[in-house]
Amino acid sequence: MSEQPSTDHLKDVAGDCVHCGFCLPACPTYQLWGEEMDSPRGRIHLVSQLLDGAPLTPATATHFDRCLGCMACMTACPSGVQYDQLIEAARGWTEHPDQAPAGPPARADAPADAPAASPAAISAPARFARRSLRDRTTRAAIFAVFPYPARLRALTAPLRMAQRTGLDKWLAGSGLPAKVSPAAEAALRLAPPSAKRTAGQRLPERVAARGPRRAVVGMLTGCVQSVFFPQVNAATARVLAAEGCDVIIPRGQGCCGALSGHSGRHAEAMRFARATIETFEQAGVDAIVVNSAGCGSAMKDYERLLADDPTWAARATALSGRVRDLAEFLAGLGPVAPRHPVPVTAAYHDACHLGHAQRITRQPRELLGAIPELRLVELPDAGTCCGSAGVYNLLQPQAARELAVRKADSVLASGAELVISANPGCTLQISAELAQRGKVIATAHTAEILDASINGRPR
Amino acid sequence: MTISSLVPRMSRICGPGNVVTDPLELRTYECDGLTSHRATPALVVLPCDAGQVAAVVRECAAAGIPFVARGSGTGLSGGAVPREDGVLIVMSKMRRVLEVDPLARRAIVEPGVTNLAVTQAAAPYGLFYAPDPSSQVVCSVGGNVAENSGGAHCLKHGFTVNHVTGLEVVTPSGELTWLGDGTGVPLGYDLLGAFTGSEGTLGIVTKVVVKLTVAPQAVHLVLAGYATLAEGGRAVSDIIAAGIVPAAIEMMDALSIEAAEAAVACGYPQGAGAVLLVELDGPATEVEAELATVMKIIEAAGATEVRTADDPAQRFAIWKGRKAAFAAVGRLAPAYIVQDGVVPRTALGDVLARISALSASSGIRVANVFHAGDGNLHPLVLYNDAVPGEAARAEEVSGAILDACIEYGGSITGEHGVGVDKSRYMPRMFSDDDLDTMQLLRCAFDPASLCNPGKVFPTPRLCGEVPGHHRAPHPAVVSGDAAAAGGDQGTAPQSPPMEIF
Ligand SMILES: Cc1cc2nc3c(=O)[nH]c(=O)nc-3n(C[C@H](O)[C@H](O)[C@H](O)COP(=O)(O)OP(=O)(O)OC[C@H]3O[C@@H](n4cnc5c(N)ncnc54)[C@H](O)[C@@H]3O)c2cc1C
Ligand code: SF4
Ligand code: SF4
Repeated sequence: MSEQPSTDHLKDVAGDCVHCGFCLPACPTYQLWGEEMDSPRGRIHLVSQLLDGAPLTPATATHFDRCLGCMACMTACPSGVQYDQLIEAARGWTEHPDQAPAGPPARADAPADAPAASPAAISAPARFARRSLRDRTTRAAIFAVFPYPARLRALTAPLRMAQRTGLDKWLAGSGLPAKVSPAAEAALRLAPPSAKRTAGQRLPERVAARGPRRAVVGMLTGCVQSVFFPQVNAATARVLAAEGCDVIIPRGQGCCGALSGHSGRHAEAMRFARATIETFEQAGVDAIVVNSAGCGSAMKDYERLLADDPTWAARATALSGRVRDLAEFLAGLGPVAPRHPVPVTAAYHDACHLGHAQRITRQPRELLGAIPELRLVELPDAGTCCGSAGVYNLLQPQAARELAVRKADSVLASGAELVISANPGCTLQISAELAQRGKVIATAHTAEILDASINGRPR
Repeated sequence: MTISSLVPRMSRICGPGNVVTDPLELRTYECDGLTSHRATPALVVLPCDAGQVAAVVRECAAAGIPFVARGSGTGLSGGAVPREDGVLIVMSKMRRVLEVDPLARRAIVEPGVTNLAVTQAAAPYGLFYAPDPSSQVVCSVGGNVAENSGGAHCLKHGFTVNHVTGLEVVTPSGELTWLGDGTGVPLGYDLLGAFTGSEGTLGIVTKVVVKLTVAPQAVHLVLAGYATLAEGGRAVSDIIAAGIVPAAIEMMDALSIEAAEAAVACGYPQGAGAVLLVELDGPATEVEAELATVMKIIEAAGATEVRTADDPAQRFAIWKGRKAAFAAVGRLAPAYIVQDGVVPRTALGDVLARISALSASSGIRVANVFHAGDGNLHPLVLYNDAVPGEAARAEEVSGAILDACIEYGGSITGEHGVGVDKSRYMPRMFSDDDLDTMQLLRCAFDPASLCNPGKVFPTPRLCGEVPGHHRAPHPAVVSGDAAAAGGDQGTAPQSPPMEIF
């Protein structure tokens, strides 16, 4: 398949790493375990070994799987290593071990004298890192459901029912889900309380600007966002309209491909990307505003994803150039709508796909800081992932849980009454952990707080 | 005993999850921050406490298997390069700050704690840990002790050795003991001083007692741009001559400014040939007075642009450029060698001129970042390892730079240590007798030569071994003042004593 970047290109990217280690303290998995193989520098080294022809060992695949894809390492790296490209390639190899750089045997100086007693010592490339059956089934299930809002809605109905009846508490208490599958247990723990079914949940195709029109923007509704957090999409549309934007919400839009792309399912990601490009091209908008950090970063990356596809490259570049995160867009546009006080002490949590992948940290703080009576506190570990990371919390439940525990500790210590973030996954992750401790700290999306301030909507 | 037979024993000591045997995983530990020296360890263990470290070392000692300690692997002299026939003992899981005592102004930390984490733990009490290597976000305190690391602020505040008052160490035979009593006043032989800077060859540090310093009342950072390094250098000499000891005086040349700018957008003066950073700290009135003098000197030396910063955020932004400089150079070339020569401050100009001449004649670019206040140069020799022969040429330039440092009465290392990389230059600085004396100390700690062997000394030798160049045993041995090195193993020197008196 031609969808993987060339080995030479990846070698160049890996070659930018000077092994200085500045990324280590920024990496959540290094923070957890303190092991080189679970650090960015170590993972880059593993990728280099594979590029040089080493066979993919099960242990190596595990280290790629454990990477959250939070890109904190890229923010920390003075040498500008494009780690995102390396980990995406590595995820491709772990998904399809037969596509890992085959060919030449390991470098001449490779350890020929690996300890014989080593259980993991691999002698021939024949022994691929096959995932366990359970792991493969979980992955297949996730990718068959999450990118499709209708399926997601249908599947989560029983889950909602369980929550409403208190069944969830009983189930969790019984420890049964964990015994059946850690992923099932995590899914149960993380499912949001049944979203308030507000009237008019389905957004209109067009929301007109209030006052003079300043821009015409498209809006991505997203899969998880539209199913679990329809109120965030509604708030986004209201805020944009209040700031003078005509908001176009194309009906036909599907998944943007973020989940697939970040998990090494390149062909699937490209398929979703092409469809999304087509949909928004037809919408005829100045900018495409995205309120979900993971989707935004994936769409800004279409340019690279489709770079080698002659019929799509130019269209992908054009589309990526028009994608804006909501906070980025609003800060750039400048406020016109008057703000009302929102008297609350709030912590802003940087979603990794916004803070690290898109390097947007200033704009949301500016927007929130400008709200009268809203006191913004900083979390000391603001740059560290909460463990949500797309579907990571379903695939690596234990590590995700440990990171959630740390994040919840720091939220509690900050004295915040409200946690604001731009990614549904983070909000779910943090509030679930707090709820486990019986702590009720409200969580909200940036759009909801702006909406509350501008439109006076109680949350 | 073979290494593989150690695996179950190590697993029992450290837990099976903390013993690494997968060949690819092992290779991620093949080098430190200096990637030109590599070796894949036969086994990696990650102990979680001092008892485990001692037990691991005892197993190695009993089996006669060499071992190497590793902190965060940021060393720049190959000190933590593993042995292919040995065990790498990684300290990165031992990273608890055990105690901060604000009244006694000291902290007790495990060796894997990062340098910056010590300052972060002390900050709530208005204290900080003074030695600040540029790698402070990641390098470990254990590694700092082993390398006697310094940093920009060591000009005024001193190196690691001036801030460590006690060490719990595992000796190369596996014994757990303390050096120094935490007061900082040595009684008897200063073994603590000898251990600090021993590059992991005398034992493994398992706890560190450090002094904490009171955060200064006022801090003022001045950034000045110059057209040439020579002008910046003049400002440096004049500041010191005026009797001022700034907390830091750092200089960067055009190439390193370019790299830092690309990496962290630090906003240094555009097109400057040199950037000078001068930081003053202390009581507010003193800093004010010094600042006035420093500003005059800086301007008199021909500064093209001067900026000052006193709030922490502004200072952080300026320092970020300097601290990212090494790694940022990765943007200018695929590979580079960081040198660490020291020259008398008065010879700075001459040596810098020599370096640019070397660079011009060889076609190898050299970026310069240095601790100007104490004459510690960090020439970054850039090369492309994909171009045949370029690595060798870079190596030549690098060696010639060290020769220049020695010629002007300086040294081959200021703070990065000798490790494997500079061991071959040791004979250019030290006589055979000097090296043998050092070897005596080493053998007193590690008679079996198992603890980080092959580092520091130009040719690997065992204790008691008579090297080729060596015509006589050490004078101290001859006179009966010292036991023959490795004497307890009964290996007596073989050549007949020479008439030396
Ligand atoms: C970008 C960059 C900038 C740097 N800037 C500076 C600077 O400004 N000043 C400076 O002095 N250095 C600097 N260094 C070098 C390096 O960071 C220091 O030498 C640091 O002290 C190494 O610490 P480490 O934990 O990474 O040790 P490692 O590299 O892991 O090991 C270094 C040595 O210490 C030994 N060692 C490690 N832990 C222990 C232990 N617990 N007990 C006994 N021995 C041990 C190892 O065997 C080895 O010999 C820089 C490095 C980089 C990559
Ligand atoms: S993406 Fe995040 S988890 Fe993965 S290596 Fe980088 S910092 Fe670590
Ligand atoms: S910070 Fe960048 S250059 Fe340094 S080790 Fe990490 S990825 Fe490599």
